[in-house]
Amino acid sequence: MNPMNRLKDKVAVVGVGTTSYGSFPEMTDYGLAAQAFKAALADCGLAKDRIDGLGTCRIPYYARMGEVLGLDPRWTLHTPGHGRMSGMSIMEAVLALEAGAADYVALLYTNIGRSRRVNYGGEDSAGFWDPWGFTSPGAAHALMFRMHMERYGTTTRQLAEIPVAFRRHAALHPDAVMKEPFTIEQHERARPIVEPLRLLDYCLINDGAVCIILTTAERARDLRQPPVLISGLGARDAFRRSAIANFDPEFWYPEAQDVAQQVYGMAGVGHGDIDAFMCYDNFAPTVLFSLEGLGFCERGESGRFVEDGALGLGGRLPTNTDGGHLSNSYMQGWALNVEAVRQLRGECGDRQVPNCEVVQYVAVTPCTRSIIYTRG
Amino acid sequence: MTARHYDKPLPVIDPDSKGYWEHARRHRLTVQHCVACGDKHFPPGPVCPSCLSDRQEWLQASGKATLVSWVNFHRAYWDGYRDELPYNACLVQLEEGPLVISNLAGGIPENVRMGMPLRVVFDDLTDVVSLPRFVPE
Repeated sequence: MNPMNRLKDKVAVVGVGTTSYGSFPEMTDYGLAAQAFKAALADCGLAKDRIDGLGTCRIPYYARMGEVLGLDPRWTLHTPGHGRMSGMSIMEAVLALEAGAADYVALLYTNIGRSRRVNYGGEDSAGFWDPWGFTSPGAAHALMFRMHMERYGTTTRQLAEIPVAFRRHAALHPDAVMKEPFTIEQHERARPIVEPLRLLDYCLINDGAVCIILTTAERARDLRQPPVLISGLGARDAFRRSAIANFDPEFWYPEAQDVAQQVYGMAGVGHGDIDAFMCYDNFAPTVLFSLEGLGFCERGESGRFVEDGALGLGGRLPTNTDGGHLSNSYMQGWALNVEAVRQLRGECGDRQVPNCEVVQYVAVTPCTRSIIYTRG
Repeated sequence: MTARHYDKPLPVIDPDSKGYWEHARRHRLTVQHCVACGDKHFPPGPVCPSCLSDRQEWLQASGKATLVSWVNFHRAYWDGYRDELPYNACLVQLEEGPLVISNLAGGIPENVRMGMPLRVVFDDLTDVVSLPRFVPE
């Protein structure tokens, strides 16, 4: 029994806003975030002064953000630029809204990683294992994928199915950064970064910002857009095994299983009900770990599960219909949650999943979070 | 401090890890051992992650390990690696239990596989830092 069950359908996403994605060296973090905030306000038709909850992720200073936007909230949450923080922030907003700590929460995320030439390794992120030359989240995922290959016989061709499918989706998404399709063969020949992973298994690094506005389901009725309800939540952290950053010898399987039980139980849906799946894809192998951890397939079977375009539009489980982090935009989970909302509203044009009623988000990481969204 | 020029990352030695690097300098591989409950853990911490005891000591490891995973870096995140690409890193499980990152000294063996038995060797990086690496047993 999920102790959060009473929160089912109590909170809605009412407004979403995204900027263009790319390289914007002329913009500040605050400038990009302000654009996303204005877009989200316009989306839901809410007056700015009604926002009394503010979440900032990867934004240097929350108070400066509030100053820029002219806000004096009564609830503020500040999180670092880690991908796991998107799902965590949305959950925190649900709790705050349900507790009455805020009536309307705006969650803001900005990334200027492209213009700042962020490396995600080496001196940018010093760690205990540096003397062995071991660094970067990509290397951690390469270690895990090698283990998956050795344990289960998974192949790089199977892995390629994931970025190939997401790139096809990106080609249908006007905002996506990378739209040029590629084949499994091209994936096999791509530049190796940390083998067994190649360039096309890595997320993009680009600039952009996202805003998500949430309120209670009751208040949501008075706003412009049909509300998208938060019907399920699941959470479990794995810190005891976190000695190697972004790595877990179990691929976070026990935690994801726990999260699956929570999120499906709370939402009252099963795997077969998921119309679209938004899966945190910092690196292609994370998708394999997510499919197994949540129980879409048996442990070790994800390589076979993703074959033959299963994750594509029209496939068994349409996944990351916006192109994900591998091809759309590296918005660290935030854009995937926006895509969930847009799919449920039926706003996705050429990449729309027909009759989309239930969408699941997951980030399988040392802080695994999953959210099930449904049409209100 | 360092007599020879070494242009790759060196350990940041802090109160928790000082003992480990002192032993390594003498070519002794150690893990942290809790005197109170017997837990063996690595990397080191200020208290036992199992029972929170402050009474932590350094236990000399056998130096035997098994290979869990390995990767090949084709990108130099530090300039000092530019001329060495590609270089490997590996994950090994020490006989005592802890999982540690290291390198396969002498490169990735042709018959590499998960579970391959390994033993520790030490590389003297500077006058004060020696690094444990592994070779096939």
